[in-house]
Amino acid sequence: MQTETVRPSSFGFHRFAAPPEFYRLAGRLIPWFASLAAVLAAVGLYLGFFVAPTDFQQGEAYRIIFIHVPAAWMAMFIYAVMAFWAGLGIAFNTRMSSIWACALAPTGALMAFLALWTGALWGRPAWGTYWAWDARMTSTLILLFLYIGFMALHGAIDDSRRADRAAGVLALVGVVNLPIIYFSVQWWNSLHQGASISLTRAPTMAATMLQAMLVMMLALWMYSIAASLMRARAILLERERRSGWAQAEARG
Amino acid sequence: MIRTLLAVIHRDLLLAMRQRGDVANVLLFFVIVVTMFPLGVGPDKDTLRLIAPGVVWVAALLSAILSLGRLFALDYADGTLEQILLSGQPLTLAVLGKISAHWLMTGAPITVLSLLLGEMFDLAAAPSATLAASLLLGTPCLSLIGAIGAALTLGLRGGGVLVTLLVLPLYVPILIFGAGAVETSAGGLSPQPHLMLLGGLSLAAGALAPWAIGAALRVSLE
Repeated sequence: MQTETVRPSSFGFHRFAAPPEFYRLAGRLIPWFASLAAVLAAVGLYLGFFVAPTDFQQGEAYRIIFIHVPAAWMAMFIYAVMAFWAGLGIAFNTRMSSIWACALAPTGALMAFLALWTGALWGRPAWGTYWAWDARMTSTLILLFLYIGFMALHGAIDDSRRADRAAGVLALVGVVNLPIIYFSVQWWNSLHQGASISLTRAPTMAATMLQAMLVMMLALWMYSIAASLMRARAILLERERRSGWAQAEARG
Repeated sequence: MIRTLLAVIHRDLLLAMRQRGDVANVLLFFVIVVTMFPLGVGPDKDTLRLIAPGVVWVAALLSAILSLGRLFALDYADGTLEQILLSGQPLTLAVLGKISAHWLMTGAPITVLSLLLGEMFDLAAAPSATLAASLLLGTPCLSLIGAIGAALTLGLRGGGVLVTLLVLPLYVPILIFGAGAVETSAGGLSPQPHLMLLGGLSLAAGALAPWAIGAALRVSLE
């Protein structure tokens, strides 16, 4: 119980590492991030579906890219962020860091899943197949497995402190392995190379396409922040259920 | 330092020799899994030659994982692991010793057995030798990475399935380079790059994994 009393630092920022402060701040921030996510997604989808020009090779089917690519980016990025917080949690034994890592994992897994699912839907009209053992698809699938492993390990351990630290070690091992996995899969694919499928399409991308993609990217950022803040709040409330402030909050 | 290492290896080998069945079962598992594939896909020699590297390597991954349960579990149950932790000797060293013993009991015999299995899958002499070489270089990495999973899931219910879930994705590069070495060799090219990468992975894992395993064991024994 180290963070109940926190010395005021020069920035006053550390005080949000204290569970009650974090809980209240997160509660106030979530509506902002959530509504930003909704607005940005609406703008991004409008740009993507109505404003961006039709691809001359792929027709309308390419428009799934506006969900697919940002989701794939987020899936990779969230793993790095998760491993960062997990590492911080192990190194400094700070509860909030581990809670953050734990709260990010399901969102990251969701993004990896979305990237795979939209990729399959896109692959059908573009390549004529839902699934090809393309390097990026395969490594995203393995990334999804790593997320699932993290959550499974965390879920299998009852003691939350041990769960945090064990899952943290796993996240760090995973983040070291991820580049190796990525390059090995890439090499493996170039060796096998059955069908002649090229992902490097559309050499020049129309400006509106890029704008729509970036707006969607921001929307997914905001969504991920809102979702993991909500999850972090729930985890926090559950873990602090014996403390006075948590019971007061739960009563409303 | 070396004496600690040797003492741990000696102890684990001695324990394994007193329960030879456990060691033999893993090897039997390896052979049986590999045997199932021709029965599944048919005895056509061209097909068998094509799938041999992947099949043998996947079987090696599964055998490594299957045998991981024994790596720390017994010592955890009777308290030896805590004694090692409290002994004042570097934990990474003891871990390295245990993994070496584990490799001597699984990776090394699997490497030898693969020569026989290569013959059963109608591999030519060169790919067959490459298969054995790739297993020799790659299986230490299987033991090292697998030990991280074993340490993390120590004493958990359903640990066996969980460790598979955690470790198999991390085995992907080893599988790719291991099977890839045999394929390039069968295609008449030099498997050297693959083998060097496998050796490199094993060395890197040997340098880094003991720390992760030590951290995981400390978490599990808290």
